[in-house]
Amino acid sequence: MSKEKFDYFINGEKGKYEVVIGLEVHAQVLSNSKLFSGSSTKFGADPNKQVSLIDSAFPGMLPVINEECVKQAVRTGLGLNAKINNYSVFDRKNYFYADLPQGYQISQYKNPIVGEGKVLLDMPYGSKEIGIERLHLEQDAGKSIHDMDPSSTYVDLNRSGIALMEIVSKPHLRSPDEVNAYIKKLRTIMRYLGTCDGNMQEGSLRADVNVSVRKVGDKNFGTRCEIKNVNSIKFMQMAIEYEANRQVELLEDGKEIDQETRLFDTKKNETRSMRSKEDAHDYRYFPDPDLLPLKLEQKLIDDVKKSLPELPDNKKERFIQEYGLNSYEANVLVSEKEISDYYEEVAKLSDKKLAATWMMGDLFAMLNDKGLNISNSPISAKNFAELVQSIKSGEISGRIAKEVFEIMVESGDNPKKIIESKAMKQQSDPKELEKMINEILSKNKDKVDQYKAGKEKLFGFFVGQVMKLSGGKANPQLTNEILKKLLKG
Amino acid sequence: MSNITNQSLSEILESIKSKKISSLELTQAYIKNIENAKKLNAFVTTTFDQALENAKKFDNKPNNEHLLSGIPLAVKDLFCTENVKTTAGSNILNNFVPSYESTVTKNLWNNGAFLLGKLNCDEFAMGSSNETSFFGNVINPIGDHLVPGGSSGGSSSALAADLTPATIGTDTGGSIRQPASFTGTVGLKPTYGLCSRWGIVAFASSLDQAGPMTKTVNDCSIMLEAMSGFDEKDSTSINKKKESYSKNLKDNIKGLKIGIPKEYRVDNMPKEIDELWEKGKKILKDLGAQLIDISLPHTKYALPTYYIVAPAEASSNLARYDGVRYGYRSQKGKDLIEMYENTRSEGFGDEVKRRILIGTYVLSSGYYDAYYLKAQKVRQLIKKDFDDSFTKVDAILTPSTPSSAFKIGEKTNDPVSMYLNDIFTVPVNLAGLPALSLPAGLDKQGYPLGLQLIGKALDEQKILNIGYAFEKNCGYKNEIKKWWS
Repeated sequence: MSKEKFDYFINGEKGKYEVVIGLEVHAQVLSNSKLFSGSSTKFGADPNKQVSLIDSAFPGMLPVINEECVKQAVRTGLGLNAKINNYSVFDRKNYFYADLPQGYQISQYKNPIVGEGKVLLDMPYGSKEIGIERLHLEQDAGKSIHDMDPSSTYVDLNRSGIALMEIVSKPHLRSPDEVNAYIKKLRTIMRYLGTCDGNMQEGSLRADVNVSVRKVGDKNFGTRCEIKNVNSIKFMQMAIEYEANRQVELLEDGKEIDQETRLFDTKKNETRSMRSKEDAHDYRYFPDPDLLPLKLEQKLIDDVKKSLPELPDNKKERFIQEYGLNSYEANVLVSEKEISDYYEEVAKLSDKKLAATWMMGDLFAMLNDKGLNISNSPISAKNFAELVQSIKSGEISGRIAKEVFEIMVESGDNPKKIIESKAMKQQSDPKELEKMINEILSKNKDKVDQYKAGKEKLFGFFVGQVMKLSGGKANPQLTNEILKKLLKG
Repeated sequence: MSNITNQSLSEILESIKSKKISSLELTQAYIKNIENAKKLNAFVTTTFDQALENAKKFDNKPNNEHLLSGIPLAVKDLFCTENVKTTAGSNILNNFVPSYESTVTKNLWNNGAFLLGKLNCDEFAMGSSNETSFFGNVINPIGDHLVPGGSSGGSSSALAADLTPATIGTDTGGSIRQPASFTGTVGLKPTYGLCSRWGIVAFASSLDQAGPMTKTVNDCSIMLEAMSGFDEKDSTSINKKKESYSKNLKDNIKGLKIGIPKEYRVDNMPKEIDELWEKGKKILKDLGAQLIDISLPHTKYALPTYYIVAPAEASSNLARYDGVRYGYRSQKGKDLIEMYENTRSEGFGDEVKRRILIGTYVLSSGYYDAYYLKAQKVRQLIKKDFDDSFTKVDAILTPSTPSSAFKIGEKTNDPVSMYLNDIFTVPVNLAGLPALSLPAGLDKQGYPLGLQLIGKALDEQKILNIGYAFEKNCGYKNEIKKWWS
């Protein structure tokens, strides 16, 4: 990868603007039960089937913290190289809404469980560090369903009370591409840790996007707008693009930007005002008297630390050292834990570099085509390694390998078996090849004469004939050597 | 056996154990009393059929191993009771029937008792006279024009009128001790966290605590033993070994140090209250206790602190009553917000609305630091006052209330004078300590007055012991003419 220069700026008549972005990512915690109740968190149950008396806020019900969710937050914090706070407090955020049965969300306000951390991004213009401001635990709300009935809104409380981690970045992001890389990196880290499945379609990962613009070189931040609850990377990028340009236009026109909360309309591709600063909710945060402050023993933190898996940044370094990959290859291969696992299995049994090339080429293209993940690849890592080894040893040519690969995809068979049963082995016996070539030369005396008279382009014709006769199995390198030798004679 | 309901819980337990009376006869006697006492308006719901059924079941197979074997009990209507309507004295829960049983009542039933009915109380336990209940005010058996105290006014009235052998209430700022004092009965607010809050309709979570209301100190220790205990469903519940309060009850208090806080002598306090306090001091001194003057300097801030903290928590706790999932829902309103507004306007009474407004105000941005945060700081100072004093004394003796029972309607138009009635009781809730109110005498009108014993956290046994000794030597007897039947 050649190093490019960062160039995401918006040019106005009055100057060049830089876009400043901060994200509040809401990541659903992977846990069997909710943050303060024993209800299941499984996605896709019938509406209101995973709702306890606590989740639906019946009189006299009390929350009890789910320790697993606490550990998941600690795990995530450690994965973000962040400070874990031994003392944190759950607060109530008060507001009325149909899908918020308690009339308040239990969240963490002044004392979050995780403090400052950082995430490294690999951008074409080099690596960039994005600061994490904090991570806190909070309850998810239920879901209001507006499109089931023309005149009513339905409420599904299955999601009510599921644990969320709100991960707040510092305003360090400067372009939609960086946002894309940041979200993907967060998701990768959390998937490695097993703390969030990162499934944006199911809503396990969503973000509020804070956008402001300022003239390049300005020290102060501009007035920001918050775009609420965007649930795909593509929409985040579109929303930022739209919003940044809107703000620049306002500034160019000499107008002021109102600090407000906006919504992204995915159909019209525009953001529009939801509420201004004056209408902002007063959430009346105060410590939840039903819960004692959360005091973490150092031992719990240490134990979680010890149990952490190898994280993508470390794994990438190791892939470069151990397998001789370049930074780009290593990056791609650690982007998902399953991919890195697959690669390591293949690399153990075959040529490391060739394995990387073939994985990132044909294997990924096929998975992409079929809409599959590496974990449900029709080709097992062991079979894939055998294929790579067959290419490396010269048993089959790259072209044949592509044929074998296709058959492996369809049948899931072992490549050796396919090569043997279809007699696809490369013809590498010089005697056999010589016999074949002599036959072709004698059949095409006129062309041999022309070649000898200087029409060297005909060499390709002879190679083609050999391939045709051998059914593509002739070892190309040997064929070249023998042909050259015989044509000289 | 017409007099059985006059007796104390422990005497009744003896009679059941010795088969002098059956549980059915006992239950029938209470039902008769209750039916004759409708004027007192102590009950919101009665569960006679269920009680008779349970009594028969007990008589068929008596098991006297439990603390409350075969005893019918009425409880404050703030405790959720499975399949029995639970209103919290509010229109907004007028039709609410829980599918679950509060931990405290479940503990009582597991100890052999069964439900006789649900007792009237101030709406969401907000009140000091039981006049804020949606189901009407309760009358004090002491006199037909008197309030029974609040918020556990149905409980104190029913107990004093022999409509239940003992009962339970909840105490957020005095709601057990003040009504006990107004009716000449015993009431205990335990240490915060000793009794589970699970299944109790919440008022102010950091202050609410359930406790017993009884005729004698011994009864009080039996009830406390039965209802308390660690509950993993309540994160603020204290995990400690259960104590046998009644077995360990001793009347020897020789050498104990009793603190007398000078700040509890307030302006305009009736002379009778002062005299009562003096009488209390003398009794304890005569029993060999040592009186020590102490100072709780932040006492004067307790009431304002309480009336910030409690409404703040209440404003949030009561947000769930929105008409969506259970309870009362207004039929008016064209959208969600209007439905909320109408439901809450029609569902809550004035005092509840007042406190929601105060609570919302003190938590609002711009006011939080000046009110809520400051109140929390003062609360720590009040707690520290007690901690400091308890390095010098075993218990503290104060009056329970600044007056005897007042007249119905006397303070309803003056919330502040109503709040002033909690002046001696709220500091204890802010500090999370146990406190026992004991009947100690009568004022010149012949109305009961109470004294309060405050203990160290989890030192219930000690204040029960002092109360037990005091009771034996005080000579107070609650004699109530049954004018209502």
